[in-house]
Amino acid sequence: METALSTSALVTAALLRPFAGEDGEFKAPGIDEFVGLPALFFEGTPFEINRIIMVRLIALTIMVVLMYLALRKTRLVPGRGQGVAEMALDFVRVQIAEQILGERLGRKFLPLLASLFFAILAMNITGIVPFANIAGTSLVGMPLTMALVSYVAFIYAGIREVGGWAFIKNALFPPGVPWPLYILLAPVELINIFIMRPVSLALRLLLNMMVGHLLLVLAFSSTNFFFVSVSGPAAAFGALTLTGGIVITLFELLIAVLQAYVFTLLTAVYIQQAASEHH
Amino acid sequence: MDSTILAQITGNIATVGYGLAAIGPGIGVGIVAGKTVEAMARQPEMAGRLQVTMFLGIAFAELLAFIGVATFFIFQ
Repeated sequence: METALSTSALVTAALLRPFAGEDGEFKAPGIDEFVGLPALFFEGTPFEINRIIMVRLIALTIMVVLMYLALRKTRLVPGRGQGVAEMALDFVRVQIAEQILGERLGRKFLPLLASLFFAILAMNITGIVPFANIAGTSLVGMPLTMALVSYVAFIYAGIREVGGWAFIKNALFPPGVPWPLYILLAPVELINIFIMRPVSLALRLLLNMMVGHLLLVLAFSSTNFFFVSVSGPAAAFGALTLTGGIVITLFELLIAVLQAYVFTLLTAVYIQQAASEHH
Repeated sequence: MDSTILAQITGNIATVGYGLAAIGPGIGVGIVAGKTVEAMARQPEMAGRLQVTMFLGIAFAELLAFIGVATFFIFQ
């Protein structure tokens, strides 16, 4: 009985003071939030599942199930679920696919763009969902995979629409430039298109989500620190950090949607540039 | 000669990096957004396309700031 009591007291103390270091000072969140997480299932195998990977799987499952339920029986006059799903899909079709790619190419690449958009959205939004609290895209694996999909897509579009040789020629030797400049321009374009594009796509998404999570952890852990570990009038700063945390949560909702939009938009732009005869 | 330390900073100079890295992209994003507002005020009917272009421009400028964040973790 007594041991159980003291254990629960210890657990409570650990829950209440996780952010004060040994000397009672505030310990800021760092890269440990993302790397070296303890394994939850299948420890030691290549299929080891930690918190972030579990969040990814759950987010994608929920997104697929929601889409299936909403579009299982499509009717001419949509119900509530179908209406929302159609509005979201229509946003991708009109605002991204058709606006950038035009009617024909837009229709062709819509499945790819819509899948990218909703997968990224599902995994971004978990950053502010209670009990998940970390974005599935805040480890490099997922953004890198998405970037590779986009990379393959725009090279495929280039080869398919204008032919392999013309695609390379358009990309490396843009027309309308005096020929001596090609000595300078071709290597720059080579690095820009075939290396920097996928890398920057992945980095942009990854770092947006990482930084958002760090900001949230910083705001809420410092609230915890001020309310629990600090005594005296300085504890009132906790109210400030708590307000900041709530504002950042709302801001993260915006960022989650915006990053999904920007990623899909850039993929569409790259496809359009690759597929056009001359840009 | 005995020296007296008046002030000292401990820790890593990389923490200053993000502050420096954010200056340029901050100005850049501001110019992009401001010019878009100007253009939209001139031609409200183009607002949709201008916004798309604005987000593209912001995405490119913003990336530099995020690379600034990454260097803090890399050189920690």
